[in-house]
Parts: sequence; structure tokens; C-alpha cells
Amino acid sequence: MSCCAPGTEAALDRAAALTAGPSPEEVRLASRDLGDGLRQTDLSVPGIHCGACIQAIESALARLDGVVHARVNLSSRRVSVRWRGDAPPPIVPAINALGYEAHLDDGAGEARDETLAELIRAVAVSGFAAGNIMLLSVSVWSGAQDATRDLFHWISALIAVPALVFAGRIFYRSAFQALRHGRMNMDVPIALGVSLAYGLSLYETINHGQHAYFDAAVSLLFFLLIGRTLDHVMRERTRVAVSGLARLAPRGALVLGDDGTRSYLPLGEIEPGMRLMIAAGERIPVDGRVVAGSSELDCALVTGESAPQPIARDGAVRAGTLNLTGPLTVEAEAAAKDSFLAEMLRLMEAAEGGRARYRRIADRASALYSPVVHLTALLTFAGWMVASGGDWHQSLTIAIAVLIITCPCALGLAVPIVQVVAARRLFESGIMVKDGSAMERLAEIDTVVFDKTGTLTLGAPRPVGLDAVKPRVRALTAAIAAHSRHPLSQALAAAAPAGVPAPAFSSVREVPGYGVEAEQDGIVYRLGRAEWAAPDDPAARDGTVLARDGMALARFDFEDRLRRDARTAVETLQAEGLAIELISGDREEAVRSAGAALAIDAATARALPGDKASRLDSLARQGHRALMVGDGLNDAPALAAAHVSMAPATAADIGRNAADFVFLRESLYAVPQALDIARRAGRLVRQNFALAIGYNVIAVPIAVLGHVTPLIAAVAMSLSSLIVVANAMRLRPARAPQRAAAADSRAEGVAPGRLATAP
Amino acid sequence: MTNLAILIPVALLLGAAGLAAFLWALRSGQYEDLDGAAERVLYDDETRPLPPADDEPAHPHRD
Repeated sequence: MSCCAPGTEAALDRAAALTAGPSPEEVRLASRDLGDGLRQTDLSVPGIHCGACIQAIESALARLDGVVHARVNLSSRRVSVRWRGDAPPPIVPAINALGYEAHLDDGAGEARDETLAELIRAVAVSGFAAGNIMLLSVSVWSGAQDATRDLFHWISALIAVPALVFAGRIFYRSAFQALRHGRMNMDVPIALGVSLAYGLSLYETINHGQHAYFDAAVSLLFFLLIGRTLDHVMRERTRVAVSGLARLAPRGALVLGDDGTRSYLPLGEIEPGMRLMIAAGERIPVDGRVVAGSSELDCALVTGESAPQPIARDGAVRAGTLNLTGPLTVEAEAAAKDSFLAEMLRLMEAAEGGRARYRRIADRASALYSPVVHLTALLTFAGWMVASGGDWHQSLTIAIAVLIITCPCALGLAVPIVQVVAARRLFESGIMVKDGSAMERLAEIDTVVFDKTGTLTLGAPRPVGLDAVKPRVRALTAAIAAHSRHPLSQALAAAAPAGVPAPAFSSVREVPGYGVEAEQDGIVYRLGRAEWAAPDDPAARDGTVLARDGMALARFDFEDRLRRDARTAVETLQAEGLAIELISGDREEAVRSAGAALAIDAATARALPGDKASRLDSLARQGHRALMVGDGLNDAPALAAAHVSMAPATAADIGRNAADFVFLRESLYAVPQALDIARRAGRLVRQNFALAIGYNVIAVPIAVLGHVTPLIAAVAMSLSSLIVVANAMRLRPARAPQRAAAADSRAEGVAPGRLATAP
Repeated sequence: MTNLAILIPVALLLGAAGLAAFLWALRSGQYEDLDGAAERVLYDDETRPLPPADDEPAHPHRD
């Protein structure tokens, strides 16, 4: 598993670079009280990948004052720290100093997964029972007679009781729930089959009969529980992985009291009228109005606008936007529950669309399957009553044997095992899937709707035409730009030419809302807005310039960078015959240029959150099944309204929670890749159904004719389960585009055809 | 028959002992971090899984 997800970190780098680490108050707020003055803080550290990481982090944390215990979990890439004292030890800076990114993690703070614990205990108990009963059964099959056989049957009956009660209740509970709501699921025939098998066997044992099916009943439970546990583990792993992503919504804010005191309040306690201090690099917690300071806001996640918005006194700010350059004092105008985020949540509830109506394929299959099986058993009973002249014992025995042999062992495994293998393949490609139904829904889509900012593009600007600028000037620009968090500055700093030494400055200061000013040997350089940086230069009226003593040296233009493989991904999807749409909250020209670059004709700009959701609604009404791919807060209602949805790891928290799939890596190729795996998983599920039905076609006549013995039942059921599992394993990892040719993804021939013809 | 009377209880007892051992290992958090356990065996330090939070607080063992 180590190093299994390279690229995970890269995708999150941008978010990390812009955002400040959690303040001590936030760390304290997020920690759990264990009593006795002991507190526990859970952190997600995605960079952990080997034993050396464990050693480095644990020993560094153990050296901090106040830390009682630090433990790294390599599987989930988390660190749990227990500490004492009023202020938390500097945990995050200590981990950052080692070169790892760390963020507070709420997911791990929850109670342990009780369902998983129950499932594993049930697997253990049923495995124990199945093994021992099978041991006794083999003796009976190989010829144990009379008293010995009866003794073995009695012991088997005793061992089966705890398995049935403890492991079987999971199925009984689910079957009871389904029946009470007038529905049918796979657990109904399972529960019925197991109970009847046990009842019949007990009756036979009491009457010194030859055949008992204890082994069939218990090993059926064992196999099915394994499938169910794997299914649960898969979903749990996704939940943990998604909850471990950096939290983008703030937990609280520093509130400025009337008497000048400052206190850190959790989000729920912030009320309108409070004055909040927002440092550069922090997100705005609630809607409000700026009362002091000026800065720039990154609204990409909230509205989809890619260019930072300048903000000054009296400007309105929305919850969720990121304060980029200068500290702001904001007067709250709404409580968190009435802010922009809450409005999105209301829209999402209203939009709950395709997935509520969707019925899983296994449920649909069992709705067909159960009546057929139960009817067959009933007809067998009637037939034998007639044929044997009213021997109800023989007729009932054979009818129950029919139920046992058709008990949907293979059918119960057919779907979950494929989805577990598919989820594993997706996980290896850095794609998390919330549950199996998402995979089924993804395989059905005919339309893909993309958001622009942060989804098709990275929302990170890139300077264009830098080659025209002299390397010396570029080095100077990069050195100045390195002093600012502004996205344009970060982009310029990243574009520093290699091999040119960075000049040194005597002083550097950032002027929020305008740019950076640096002084070197009495010369003042300014990098920023043209009217501020070069006021004396009539040629420089707009854009971003580098100026020396008021005269422009160079002008910089930026374009929003497309996400890696965006073009390949869109082309692949188009080649699959899917309709592609682009719907964004950004400006007209930005949307048009992105649409042109990707050859997407249907592009809508300036869409409000409600517009996006209603577009998906109308697609659904026209009978289309749409995949929504989006990242922002403003996409969340659309993600909820879509038939199936996908979000990048850098998405806003509620967007990630609303999405069925979350992809961790930067490459947009995750979208066709997930689609490919989902479709192949769908094919394998249908094959598995065919295998299970084929098994029944052979086994049912044997059972109806009364030739089934416990030996035949055990062999047939195990064999059919193994075949289904083996078939599921055929799902091979999907091929990603080759990185070597990434410079021109068009030329590498990632072959849409190859995906279509994959086995 | 007499040897069966000994062998069967013994077999069941051994199976039950294995089951109990598994449940104990599960409860004491030994399955929480399988990848980590595979790596930790390479290092000398004596470490143990973080005890569940609802148990008594951990004994400090920082070395």
C-alpha cells in the first residue's frame, strides 16, 4: 500500500499554499476531551507513506511539551495526538516542519465503526461454526452411520445456533425491515432459506433422518457475510478518505469584543453584529460587511469566478470565500445557519433527485427472483403431494431442498463482490466511490455536465507570453512575487527562470488590494495593478505590471490553466457518444474560451447555483441521465440534483459530501476512467447474474426431482459462489494516459478506442 | 466412540480458543492499522496501538 497514491498531494498543493494552518484556538476547538485534562487531536497527514514517516512524526511529536502520546496510522494516513494543558502543543507546525502537510480531521473523532465491528464478529462466529460443522458433515458424507451420525447432527445443530442467532440476525433484521415496508430485497429469500434449512435439519435429526443441511445453512451465512463485510469496508474507506481531505469551511473565527478583547468562537456561536478578524489566508466564516482593511477575495469555490475580487471597506463578503492578501475586519450580517452555505443546503434538499428514485440492480433482481423461487418450491411441493399420493413429509423435504439449493448465495455475492473489486480499482486510481449504487448509476449516463472553475480548469492562473520577458526581469518578478499569497503572484513566483540568481531586496511589503513593493539600493520596484505600480506610465493602464520607480518594465497576462488531461478526458467522453455541457458562474469570455479550448459547444456562463440545479432537473425530465462534475459551493445543489455526481478533492466540503465520486488527483482523466470501470463492472454484474441463473437452471431440476443430498447442495453452492467471485476478479485496472507524453495529450493517442474495446 | 468423546470437545475448544483470540485482537485495536504494523516491525521501539478512548487514559510512554 505504501506510495500507492502518488499525485494525491499534488492536487491539494494549491489549496494548501493559499490557506493558513489552523490557529491554536481552532486546534483546541477541534480536539476531543478524554477527561482528566487529557485531550485528543486527530490530524490527517496525506503525505505519510512509509515506516520512516511514522518514526519521524511520532518522535518529533513526542518531544513537544504537553504531548502524552502520539500515534501514526499508516493505513488511514492519520495521526492521533493526546495532550494536556490549556493551549495545545504546536502539533501542526511540528509536522509541517518535517515536510508533511497536516490538517485537522473531524472524521476520525467519531466513535468507532460499530457496524463494521458487528460484521467482523459475525464473520468470525459464522466462520468458526461453518468450519466445525463442515468437519462433522464430511464424516457423515464419508459414511458415518446410525448413532454416530445422529450424534454429529446433534453437535452440528448446537454449533449452528450461535451462528444463526449472532450472524444470521443481520439478514433477519434487513429482511424484516424490507417486508415491513412492503418491499423485497435479497435478504428475504436468504433469511427464509436459512431458517427453513435449519428447521428441516433439526426435524430430520430428531427423527434420526439421513440428511441434514446445517453445513449449507451456516456456510451460506459465512460466504454472504464476507461479501457484505468487504462491501462495508469499501464504503468506510471512502468515507474516511473523503473526511480526511482538508476542511475548507472554517470552524470558527476570532471575534473582536467591544472592549478590544479577542476570543475564538465556534461557527455556531457567531451572531449578526459581531466583528470578526479575518487574517490573510483564512476563509470568511459567515456573510458580512467589511468594516476595516482591504484585500482580495478568491471566490472560485463560491461563485465560480476565477479572477480574484478586490474588496475594501463596506464591501459585502460571502461565507466560504478566501481572503487572499490583507487582514480584514468583518461585521457579521448573518449567523452561519443563515449564510450562503445554508442557502446551498436548502437548494440541495430540494434537488434530491435521481438517487432517491434509483433502485439498485440487486433489489430489482431479487424482486423478480424471489417470487419465481418461492413459486417453484410451492409447485414442487404440490407436484410431489400428487405424485407420492399425499406423503407430505417427503414432499415438504424436497420442496425445502429446492429452496436451499436456490438460496441466492451466488446471487447475493454477484453484485457486491464486483463492486468491491471495482471500488478497489478506482481507489488505486485515486478515485473514491461512496457506494455501489453510484457505480451502477454512472454506467447509465448519456450526458456529462462540467463546471468550469476548479473542475475543467484548476482555478489557478498561469502567466502567458513569458518568453518575451528578459530572464533577468523574470527573476526579479519571481523574487518579488514570492512575498505574496495572491494567486497571480504565486503563479509568477512559480515561473522563475532556472539558473538566474534571485536578487536581494532591502525591504519588501505587500499592499493589500494592489500588489507588492520591494526596494533595492534605493530603487522602488512595484509588482501589481498597473494604475498603482506604474502611475507615471501612460502606456500601462490596466493589467498586472512590474514597474521600476513608476515606469512599467514588463506586463503580464494570465490565463486560467486547464486541469491536466482535460482535453483528453473530454475527447474520450465525446468519443463514447456522450453529450458534454459546460455550465459555470464565471464571466462570459472566460467560459467561452474554456469551451473553445475543449471543443464543448454547449456552454452557459453566469449561472447561479439554482440555474445549475434546474438545468440538471430539466435534463432529467427530458429523460437524460446526467453526470455532474463540479467543485464549488455553488455546484452543490447541482451535484445533488444530478443522476450521479463527481467532485475533485479540492472541492468545497459540501460539494464533496454531495458527490458520489471524489477524485484525488489533478488529472481530469479520472472521469472517463471511472466511467470505464463502472461500465465494465456493470457488464461483470450481468455476467454474474447469468452465471447464477445458469447454476439454478442446472440445480433446480435436480432438486425438484428429489435428488439433492446435503453433499450436492454444499458442493453446488460453494462452487457457484467461487465462480462468481473469480469472475469479479477479472476486472483489471483501467489504463491511465501515459504521463511521458503529457506535454501534448492529443498526440499520445490515449485511444478512446482502447477504452471501448477493453476486455 | 470413546475417542470421539474426547476429540470432538477438544476440536471445538481449540476452534473456540482461536475465535476468542481473534475477537480479543480485534477489540484491542490490533487491526486498526495493518500497513503500519507491517512497517513498525522493522523498528526497535516498543510501541503499542492507541487504546480506545473510552478506556482508562493511556499510560504515558513516550520513548
